[in-house]
Amino acid sequence: MRAEALAGLRRREGVALALLAVALLAAPVVVNGYILSVLVLALFAAYFGTAWNLLTGFAGQLSLGHALYVGLGAYASAALFVRVGLPPWLGMIVGMAIAAAAGSIIGALSFRFGVTGVYFALLTIAFNEFTRILFDHFGWVGATSGLFLPVANRTHDNLWTLRGSPVMFYYLLLALTSAALLICHRLLNRRIGYYWQAIREDQEAAQALGINVFRTKLWAMALSAAMTALGGGVMAFYDNNLYPDTVFATGRSIEIITAPIIGGLGTLFGPILGAFVLTGLGEIMSWVSGSFHIDGLKQWCYGAALLAIVALQPSGLWPWLRSLLALGGGRR
Amino acid sequence: MSAAALLEVHDVAKRFRGLQAVDGVSFTVPRGGIVAIIGPNGAGKTTTFNLIAGVYAPDRGRILLDGVDISGFRPDQACHAGIGRTFQIVKPFGALSVLENVMVGALKNAADVAAARAQSLDILERLKLADKVDLVARSLTLPERKRLETARALATRPKILLLDEVMAGLRPTEVDAMVRSFRELADDTGLAILLTEHVMRAVMALSHHIVVLHHGQKICEGTPELVSRDPQVLQCYLGTSASRAAG
Amino acid sequence: MIYLNIIVAGLLTGAVYGLMALGLSVIFGVIRIVNFAHGEMMVVAMYAAWLLNQGLGLDPLAALPLVTAGLLCLGYALQRGLINRYIARPDHEQFLLLLAVAIIITASLLMGFGPDARNVQLAYAYDSYEVGGLLLDKVRVLAAASAALGALALTAFFRFTRTGKAIRACADNQFGAQVVGLDVKRLYAITFGLGAACVGAAGCLLLLLVDVQPYIATDYTLLAFIIVILGGLGSVSGALLGGLLVGVSEALSGFLVEPSFKSAISFGLLILVLLVRPQGLMGRRA
Repeated sequence: MRAEALAGLRRREGVALALLAVALLAAPVVVNGYILSVLVLALFAAYFGTAWNLLTGFAGQLSLGHALYVGLGAYASAALFVRVGLPPWLGMIVGMAIAAAAGSIIGALSFRFGVTGVYFALLTIAFNEFTRILFDHFGWVGATSGLFLPVANRTHDNLWTLRGSPVMFYYLLLALTSAALLICHRLLNRRIGYYWQAIREDQEAAQALGINVFRTKLWAMALSAAMTALGGGVMAFYDNNLYPDTVFATGRSIEIITAPIIGGLGTLFGPILGAFVLTGLGEIMSWVSGSFHIDGLKQWCYGAALLAIVALQPSGLWPWLRSLLALGGGRR
Repeated sequence: MSAAALLEVHDVAKRFRGLQAVDGVSFTVPRGGIVAIIGPNGAGKTTTFNLIAGVYAPDRGRILLDGVDISGFRPDQACHAGIGRTFQIVKPFGALSVLENVMVGALKNAADVAAARAQSLDILERLKLADKVDLVARSLTLPERKRLETARALATRPKILLLDEVMAGLRPTEVDAMVRSFRELADDTGLAILLTEHVMRAVMALSHHIVVLHHGQKICEGTPELVSRDPQVLQCYLGTSASRAAG
Repeated sequence: MIYLNIIVAGLLTGAVYGLMALGLSVIFGVIRIVNFAHGEMMVVAMYAAWLLNQGLGLDPLAALPLVTAGLLCLGYALQRGLINRYIARPDHEQFLLLLAVAIIITASLLMGFGPDARNVQLAYAYDSYEVGGLLLDKVRVLAAASAALGALALTAFFRFTRTGKAIRACADNQFGAQVVGLDVKRLYAITFGLGAACVGAAGCLLLLLVDVQPYIATDYTLLAFIIVILGGLGSVSGALLGGLLVGVSEALSGFLVEPSFKSAISFGLLILVLLVRPQGLMGRRA
């Protein structure tokens, strides 16, 4: 009986996933340039949200300064490309390494000194802001004047140098987000995934079961940071301009976390759903407030939407949607 | 220092800023033995436990497990050395299922997740939680949570199981059921058990040997029969008149 | 001598920061909720004082009692009506709730007042006192004195009134407080109201010193957290000390290095304190 129910579940899940995949793959052919750019935004949000979710949703360490890793990845790859001519993908590897190191240092300092919870969150903000101000004065990457990538003609798509049309970036991000999802899925089903969740639920009990909490948390920090930095690199080559005050902005850190929390913290598809819902909401709000010409209306509706979701569906939209579509429970 | 001793606690002491919680306590637990630490509130039972489990490091003295000095080990290091423990106030991994809870313990030794799952199902069977494996841990009743906590600790394949007031809050029938489970466990697997308890019913039924603490010091030890008649023990639990009445 | 002037100016500004942070210390220390809308509440107070100045010609110092009372009620209502349900919830839910509130407040202010900076014109804006060889801005002196008075009043409240003691009991041991029959919900609401009142007063005082604009709120929220952690949670003297420290370091770094560096110093201090002495300068070790 149980096996049958499980098989039925798998089938429904498979169908849902297949439909989604087809829709996403076909999108650029069907939609116009504006909608495509919105989809790209949504995918960025989904990707960053997934990377952040690994640290906060799985391992339970609330990071409010993740823009730090976006910035490190963006600046590393962009600056090395512009100043030294290093191919973007190699530059991104450097960026990932730097971000992983930064995350490890922050983690090591915090966990060694027993800084957890809210204090840890504040510490991540502090490191984020500190780095932003540092980059404001970092001449080699342009400081406050910004760093600009040469905008080559967009007729040829070059994946190696990341010069190309929005469609290329769309498919690239689709691939990256899918890869990120897959990695998270795999990790959740291995020893470290179980250990992360144990630490999230009850760190003391986890330790009593032989888990080296310090090391396990550090892995989460480093992985999440590296994943985020990769996305930062892609973003740099999509936007073609970087300013410390936008890349490292606390506002960006907050943007990164709203999608996964709205979608469902600690679930696999939560960040994805949240990203698409919030990006769509943002665009609708822009259109609405644009037609009414009221400053601040968009933000007001955004805040109200957040409030509504926190009040009504605090565990997120995905668990609610999942039960609605009878896709079963569990951590996915 | 006989070769049969699994756990040896030598003259451990721990002070917390103004209070000498444990003051020179020594005892041993033989292989396959079941030893209970009893004493009035504040006697130092849980602190002694936490010293063995690695939550605190002793100010002086040594703790040996199977000949290895584990004094000052972190809790996870103590676990790897062979200590399994439950908590006085149960700490389940609330959002995880019963099975997943135990798997976290089993993953310490298991080669992979599949092996951990198989081992965990076995243990849950033994602790009569087999029909609840997919339930989310926070939905369990208190006695079930206590059994889950025990199962989880057992999954780490400890050499000795530390039970911290595991009977607290249970009704007499539930207590008897737990006692039976532990007896079976000890008989089947030769697991050594060290427990602290207030529920005398369980202490008398389970233990081979009892250690009595009072104000951080050991005031008596011996078989249940001996300890229950010792005048000092009676005095610290019931007052001087009672001990005089017992003669 | 110029250093002394700068340091004193920093101290005076720091007193106002201290009052602002005091509100957060009270809220965080008692209710243990992370009030990410702290700066936003202060900006509301600043706009209120500005309105009273524009409409009734009130000096912010005169408007202070009004605004403080208003914020007290606002804080009480907010806690009682909305935030109370989130006290036992996980950190990220609390954070998101208060973030949403903060966004709504900022957006409302934006809709109401527009993005331009506003300030008050004071008749005595350029007056100064000369003490020894020091030149002290009259505005700053008045602001600092008011802040000190406010802190004193709050301390007196917590030490001498019945409600104040009850709140301290809640902070110490919530369960015990309930057992003795204290209405924890009501006390929490009063506490939040008091914290908001502090911030309301601080806002009036800050309007004397800086311009107001909807987007400055986040920086002040962060500043409040830095000061509270620097000074130590739940400590009045700690909040003031932290405020003074931050005020001075801002003033000095603005002069010695560059104005944009002042936040970097503050964040650097925060990192140091969290790692080395997490209970803060005046806090007790947990």
